[in-house]
Amino acid sequence: MTISTPEPPTGPGGSGDAAGPAADAAVAAESAIVAARSHAPWYLRLPVISHLRRSVGLQRGMLVTGLVLVLGLLLTALLVPLIAPYGFAQTSADGAAFPTQGAPSAAHPLGTTVTGFDVLSRVLWGTRTAVAVMACAVVASLFLGVALGLVSGYVGGWLDRVLVMLADAIYAFPSLLLAIVMAIVISGGQSNAWGGILAAALSITVVFVPQYFRVIRAEVVRLKAEPFVEAAKVVGTGHGRIMGTHLLRNATRTLPLIFTLNSSEAILTLAALGFLGFGIEPTSAAEWGYDLNRAMSDATSGIWWTGLFPGLAIVLAVLGVTLVGESVNDLNDPRLRTRRARRPRPAAAARKAAS
Amino acid sequence: MSGADRATTTQASDGAGAPAGSSGTAPAPAARRARGGGGGLGRYVLVRFLLIIPTVLILMTVVFFLMRITGDPITAALGGRLTPDQLAQRRAEAGYDRPLIIQYLDYLGGVVRGDFGTTYTDRTPVAQILTDYGGATAELVLYAVIVALAIGVPLGMIAARTRDRAPDAALRILAILGYATPVFFVGLLLKLVFSVGLGWLPVAGRISSRGELTMGSILNPTPFYLLDALRLGRWDLIVDVASHAVLPAVALGILTGGIFLRLVRTNMIGTLEMPYIDSARSRGVAESRLTTRHALRPALIPIVTVMGMQIAMMLGGAVLTETTFEWKGLGYMLAQYMTARDYVAVQGIVMMLAVIVAVSNFLVDVIAALIDPRVRY
Repeated sequence: MTISTPEPPTGPGGSGDAAGPAADAAVAAESAIVAARSHAPWYLRLPVISHLRRSVGLQRGMLVTGLVLVLGLLLTALLVPLIAPYGFAQTSADGAAFPTQGAPSAAHPLGTTVTGFDVLSRVLWGTRTAVAVMACAVVASLFLGVALGLVSGYVGGWLDRVLVMLADAIYAFPSLLLAIVMAIVISGGQSNAWGGILAAALSITVVFVPQYFRVIRAEVVRLKAEPFVEAAKVVGTGHGRIMGTHLLRNATRTLPLIFTLNSSEAILTLAALGFLGFGIEPTSAAEWGYDLNRAMSDATSGIWWTGLFPGLAIVLAVLGVTLVGESVNDLNDPRLRTRRARRPRPAAAARKAAS
Repeated sequence: MSGADRATTTQASDGAGAPAGSSGTAPAPAARRARGGGGGLGRYVLVRFLLIIPTVLILMTVVFFLMRITGDPITAALGGRLTPDQLAQRRAEAGYDRPLIIQYLDYLGGVVRGDFGTTYTDRTPVAQILTDYGGATAELVLYAVIVALAIGVPLGMIAARTRDRAPDAALRILAILGYATPVFFVGLLLKLVFSVGLGWLPVAGRISSRGELTMGSILNPTPFYLLDALRLGRWDLIVDVASHAVLPAVALGILTGGIFLRLVRTNMIGTLEMPYIDSARSRGVAESRLTTRHALRPALIPIVTVMGMQIAMMLGGAVLTETTFEWKGLGYMLAQYMTARDYVAVQGIVMMLAVIVAVSNFLVDVIAALIDPRVRY
């Protein structure tokens, strides 16, 4: 399983590919944990919190680090007008122009760029752009992908065939190239703050929709044959209600994982578009990829601060989101979960017996 | 995860026996017939080959209509600089005033003949860009795959053997860091350290300008500079070319190497729990031999099957790597034409890359079928 290709969920019964009895025992242990957990109060059973409680050792460390980074990102984005020393497109203060390509100093802790922007301020303001694009992209692809997947899986027939073919063709295509095409279509390659954010978000959406679509559709096709759906049909429940209630509620339980993985890809795609010059204009919003693009020529003459800090910002943001997604993913898969070493619990005992 | 239960195929779970192809388009009736007919390798290859056509056709259609929704390439390139009359005249000359569907059929007809259009800014046939610059991209991707395998496979094996202990933890964090770092930032850091700071390796390009002059004298040049340098047999040239390739290959290879690491680790952990490993262990086979011989082959099969997806990802990454290091390949040209707002060229290059991705996915699937008989159907 790779980071970029989230695997469709194999339910408890579908893990028969690898380790036979060991996996079955692990699944049994898993359901024991689930049973034990269901007695906890509701707020402890929320997705990330319950994962936090289940984690041990390295996995807990990764999850906590990820959560701290994500919280830091969100807080910075929220409070940036208070934190940042200058505006993102400010080139002078109190009538004095900022130095260009100035080395880090007291007035500019991270230096200034070739245009005279303060690097620290641009890095901080960049969180806002990143979070906005991430939110727009993930929400848009979530709605589109889930809706298409539900309809396609439930209705079936030629509509399903066509949509699956489309999704597969798009899925197999380099996502960055697709995002480039979409950026050209939407904004002609450049735009103001919100136009640019929406354009970047929509370009990313098109890349992500097939992923949500595939996962939801596969789940719906599986669920459609379940007795409770047939029962609902028998008692005359409408198609809309079956899709909206019976299928949607059951098919969406794996979404948080794709959700986090896509959030990190959204940041990377935004940065890549910005790096190629297809992002948001520097005077409209701060965007890390654009800053890195401008910093490439600085690097040759030994100016490191213009590129290092926006790059680190990207790494930290992506790292935070990825760590959360990764840990949650591993905790959901009994074969990957770090085994509890010391505290003997029924679950651990069962697993020990299996191996 | 077995070879047939691929990360890239969702249809496997709907029980319809969908093709395991990486671009696995809809379970075509032809595929079912092939399975019914005994499932020979030749048949599988043929069916899988035919599936390339709908995939490429869909992409071409989607990209074509998307690019034309907002207007024509001439208005995009020259919009502000010409009067509306001049603009209309140019558009008529290029045929952009015809109905969209006619333009589409015209475009498809051209593609079938190998004509992907002519760039607007410098009047070059797009197909010629492929022959001129495709080799450089292929060379870069090849080196990057080598780097990725050299990083990912051994480290993945180490991580699997030391599961949940310190080396495993460190390697997994490294793999995630490798994924979280954009390839152009890796490139920037490598440049800062090894080119600017230490001065060991060149900053950018494929070859020094002096080397390029020498290289120009070679008869029947291949697209691979290293191959040409070896053919000339001159050490200074070989070093020149190789030193230019190191940083781009590492930058692009790290990204995929991290993914390979995770893949090998996960699969090897699964494989090491198999009964046949226990049986080998009980016969007294050394632990190191278990990982390097017994468990490695089954753990490598998923790498081959995921390679198809990875080639697509690497071509995307190559656009960024080539721009970072001014490596004059397809991706570098794509970025140049993007900046020049030459969308005919962008569309052409994107479409060619789509064909390359589809064909390489096909080749990867054939290789996977050769290695793992379960993939055939």
